[in-house]
Amino acid sequence: MYHYNIYISGVGGQGIIKTSVIIGESAMKEDLPVVVGEIHGMSQRGGVVSTQMKLGESYSPLIEEGKANLLLAFEPLEALRAINMINPDSYVVMNTAPIYPFNIRQSEHPYPELSIIMDELKSRAKKVIAMDAEEMAKKAGHILSLNMVMLGGAVAVPGFPLDKKIIIKSMEDNLPEKSIPINMKAFEEGFSFCSAHIK
Amino acid sequence: MNIKEILTGQKMDKLFLMGNEAAVRGALEAGVAVASTYPGTPSSEIGDVLSVLAQEAGMYFEFSINEKVALEVAAAAAASGLRSFTFMKHVGVNVASDSLMSVAYTSVRGGMVILTADDPSMFSSQNEQDNRHYARLANIPLLEASNPQEVKDLMKYAYELSEEFQIPVILRTTTRVSHMRGIVELGPLAEIRKKGHFDKDPKRFVPVPATARIMHKNLVEKMNKLMVLSNNSSLNQVFDHEGRIGIITSGSAFNYVMDVVEENELPVNVLKLTFTYPFPEKKVLEFLEEMDRVLVVEEVDPIMEKEILAIIGKHGLKKRVYGKLDGTLPMIYEFNPDIVLEGFGRMMDVQLPDKGTFQTPVGIPNRPPTLCPGCPHRAAYFEVKRAAANLGIDDVIFPTDIGCYTLGIESPYEVADYLLSMGSSIGTSCGFSKATDQTVVSFIGDSTFFHAGIPPLINAVHNKNRFVLVILDNRTTAMTGGQPHSGLPRDGMGLEAPEISIPEIVKACGVKFMETINPLNVKKSQEIFEKALQFNEVAVVISQYPCMLIKGRDVKGKNVIIQVQDDKCTNCDTCVMELTCPAIYTQDDGKIRIDPLMCRKCNVCVQTCPEKAIRAKRVDEVGEEE
Repeated sequence: MYHYNIYISGVGGQGIIKTSVIIGESAMKEDLPVVVGEIHGMSQRGGVVSTQMKLGESYSPLIEEGKANLLLAFEPLEALRAINMINPDSYVVMNTAPIYPFNIRQSEHPYPELSIIMDELKSRAKKVIAMDAEEMAKKAGHILSLNMVMLGGAVAVPGFPLDKKIIIKSMEDNLPEKSIPINMKAFEEGFSFCSAHIK
Repeated sequence: MNIKEILTGQKMDKLFLMGNEAAVRGALEAGVAVASTYPGTPSSEIGDVLSVLAQEAGMYFEFSINEKVALEVAAAAAASGLRSFTFMKHVGVNVASDSLMSVAYTSVRGGMVILTADDPSMFSSQNEQDNRHYARLANIPLLEASNPQEVKDLMKYAYELSEEFQIPVILRTTTRVSHMRGIVELGPLAEIRKKGHFDKDPKRFVPVPATARIMHKNLVEKMNKLMVLSNNSSLNQVFDHEGRIGIITSGSAFNYVMDVVEENELPVNVLKLTFTYPFPEKKVLEFLEEMDRVLVVEEVDPIMEKEILAIIGKHGLKKRVYGKLDGTLPMIYEFNPDIVLEGFGRMMDVQLPDKGTFQTPVGIPNRPPTLCPGCPHRAAYFEVKRAAANLGIDDVIFPTDIGCYTLGIESPYEVADYLLSMGSSIGTSCGFSKATDQTVVSFIGDSTFFHAGIPPLINAVHNKNRFVLVILDNRTTAMTGGQPHSGLPRDGMGLEAPEISIPEIVKACGVKFMETINPLNVKKSQEIFEKALQFNEVAVVISQYPCMLIKGRDVKGKNVIIQVQDDKCTNCDTCVMELTCPAIYTQDDGKIRIDPLMCRKCNVCVQTCPEKAIRAKRVDEVGEEE
């Protein structure tokens, strides 16, 4: 049975839910069954946000441990937190710009070095593509287009099952009209960065 | 997708919907005329969508003051012959429960559906109570949905059932269904009957002892008839397989079961129960007779498991039942496919291969949610604590309530010492004030004050308590996403509405000390808190400033930037360790910085810096950003 599982993780306010809606609607347009699991509520206030998506015949959106084909991590610490979702065939697309937990100075553990996070992910995944999506979003015109940089990166991953054109159509259906040019630029930035780094 | 497509979508159209959005479409396809709620996650988006669509759809929708009122609004509409819909989070049903216990006795005329959104694993709740118990307690039929399509379809079916038997129906979802998105195929919209007529029938609608006795007898007969229906319902469905191993499941748990069975090609028969109360005894008995052993997979309490054990006992069957009661599956929290597979392994006594769960060599710091940058609650917390310290009061009990401000539990604020439920801050303050000589300062939000804070405040004054009540009035129901409440000039459909004044209510409750502060004005607020702390009776401070998320603009405007002046900063850490605004951070070189993208320019750090090292500057004064 065909399955493609995507685990998206990051921090509240980064546009993760919008990203999963765009992917989900694209799957629907391609007649590929899809279920998405989200957690709302408390997570809005700077907490962890994750969505889980299963494309292909599936009942539950919850991904079994180690069964994510793609980990789309909007924040390095959240990539590390999700490390048990991936396996040696998984791809990781990660934003390298950290968002420090508000109480990091009071925390038992310090924020891990980016190099440690990278090493851990590399030792568990087939390929880790790390990019400063925050910088790329700013360059595209607005920091809030970060999620579309990440989406562009995801679409470039080998095995990603949805057509780029359909994704772009769903972006147009789901984003405010005024923001489309910036978001499209951000998306293409992410797409070309990942395409270039996958080879 | 535009949210309006939930209304404009045509029969056979497919939409990618959240469970909560599907519930709205179901209501529209059923021709619901009156809908009511009090916001609560995981049910909140149902109200958010209805507040946008209700007017155009030609139905009435309200954010009621609390869930009890919401249920009563819906019950009266149904008694008047209209189809009504009330929905709430699981703990909201507790508030509504007094009337819920009678509504099956009195019966309905138009269909009435009560949707309860349970929260296994407590993603945004104080407990993970299993509201399937309420169906049993109140004698109300129960349907359980597994995915958005089912939510929509069951809504429609629930109205047919409700009208046929003239009884309300409970539809239960859980967080994973409410917030699951999936492809939903739409059905046709129904005509909405806008006005009903209440035909009087006190013997039917007024449960006094003489009539209630008859009502209860009728209700039991009704439930017996409903059991015949649940036994024969196609909603309770067997997924056949060879062999004599079975799984009985419902709701979200069904999804995990099917993923595990299909992924691992397990030789298992699955009985999916959707119409779960009255419990389909005959259907389950027939299934059990074909099995040697069954695993019961349900969230959260072992309710079906006990029903099944009762059937086995009643019929003298020799079957082994595995589930929560024998430890095959965990007793608490939501399930997932891994947990179900482990449980199945335990039943079959097979060792599952090691998943290789990995411990990272470095500790992973937590990322707790917190108050937003510029949140007025943070300022109020800081001021109260400073005021108490100035007066030399070091032993303060902080009863708190349900809302964003419960996040005051986190270090360094630590202003959340006791919490039970909506409104409990004030009731428990009464208790602490009588039981101890400690100082009591309690916090409640504006929406929560309307919901359940008024009777306990009257109680506090009448019974001569002494405590400080801080009403954190941020002009919205913030935690659930910014819904309006009775204190705002607009209603649930966005129409103009009378604004109910909190100060006038407080005065009318007999409170003698009442002050309103702007918490972003630190010095003045602190002085008022000091006065309140010295008052010998109930003192109320209304801390009023709009939520930063709703307001959507910077306090001091776009041309201002708040900066740390390195030559004055002594790294005393008051801002980082005591105020702890997410916008303020320590750089690797030890210097304190304020993130200009996060900062809302509330100016509180400027006022609270002991060295006066933080300053608001005009952007043109600063020049280019560093």
